[in-house]
Amino acid sequence: MRHYLVLRVVAKLLIPFMLVFALYVQFHGDYGPGGGFQAGVIAAAAVVLYAIIFGLPTARKAIPDWLVETMLAAGVLLYAGVGVAGILLGGNYLDYFVLGATPVDGQHRGIFWVEMGVGITVFGVMLKIFYMFAGRGREPDPE
Amino acid sequence: MAFAVVAIALQRNLFAVVILSGIYSFLMATVLVALDAVDVGMTEASVGAGISTVLLLGALYLCGGEEAKPMRRPALPLALSVIIGATLVYGTLGLPVFSDPDAPIHQHVAKRYIEQGAKETGVPNIVTAVLASYRGYDTLGEAMVVFTAGAGVITLLRRRRRPRGEGK
Amino acid sequence: MSAFSHFSYWVTIFLMIGGLYIVIARGNLIKKLVGLAIFQTSVYLLYIAPGKLIGGTAPIIDGRHLLYSNPLPHVLILTAIVVGVATLALGLGLAVRIREAYGTIEEDEIADQNRATEREEPDA
Repeated sequence: MRHYLVLRVVAKLLIPFMLVFALYVQFHGDYGPGGGFQAGVIAAAAVVLYAIIFGLPTARKAIPDWLVETMLAAGVLLYAGVGVAGILLGGNYLDYFVLGATPVDGQHRGIFWVEMGVGITVFGVMLKIFYMFAGRGREPDPE
Repeated sequence: MAFAVVAIALQRNLFAVVILSGIYSFLMATVLVALDAVDVGMTEASVGAGISTVLLLGALYLCGGEEAKPMRRPALPLALSVIIGATLVYGTLGLPVFSDPDAPIHQHVAKRYIEQGAKETGVPNIVTAVLASYRGYDTLGEAMVVFTAGAGVITLLRRRRRPRGEGK
Repeated sequence: MSAFSHFSYWVTIFLMIGGLYIVIARGNLIKKLVGLAIFQTSVYLLYIAPGKLIGGTAPIIDGRHLLYSNPLPHVLILTAIVVGVATLALGLGLAVRIREAYGTIEEDEIADQNRATEREEPDA
């Protein structure tokens, strides 16, 4: 597909905006619609577009497999880690009250990190699934 | 949306089925936003019409086939579906009327979340506050479900083979 | 009871029945998965439609609105959507593997092949 000039130019213009929009949705999930899931999916869609237009090996070089698999696990670990941090600071598991100076501050911080973890995991999973589907060749019919 | 569903049921070309399902997801996202569910509409649009379509197309490419065979006896499943539908319609006659403020769904916990959510968590988006704080355990479980799905797909499709003639 | 009062439920039921019919009446695995996705979206509608209050707005607190729609179903359905796509991804992975093992993704052909291998080599 890299021979189609219009597609390439439009993709190059759109993909940064899609990524920025994904980050916006992630961080403004507190004040508007959005949050971790939507942000992860939109970011994955941006990378999928890149892979479709510029080829799967190019996308694999830009975001290698080990990075995607690490992000898969890191998000869930981050979420669980916030819970453990709650225990270390004196509260129950996943207690946000103890994370900040005031309870409201702690809640805000806890929600931020939790949504971050969810966004990272969702992005990693969607991208990994796409890599697996797209990287597998079509098999001949067994005779 | 009803037309999209009927078309999906009758259509035999699988590529058209995938595109129709994308259209259906977009229509569903519009309906959800009209019902004031903006978070859900955004998620449904991105997940249902975006990622699902991509995955379906990927699977379609790998499965190769494009045509579904006609069913031998469509009468029995159709009758079964209609009977189930009629029973469900009869059941819903006792449910609260659309947009009834006294419905049980609006009492108890929801009131507390709306009234105190922003004050207790400092986050104006109540859906995010409930998702990440009041019901944080559920979201932890869901993150694990997503992770498990990724791990499952990795396990299923692990040996990646190159398609012949790939010359990128 | 006017026709409009329970309309949302009937739309939901129609979509549910449509999805159910596609799952049980079509043999192609990918079409079944699409039917399952339609069934799942009808369940989203089932939960969110009763939460809406006419005249209310999206449940994001700001000073200008007094009436908000119920946020609780939104939370549940957000989780349900993501779980639904996880199910779809795993189902498609299975379909791809079945295609590689049997050469087809039509349900009746798979059953025929299973029966043929059963006849040749019955399980000990």
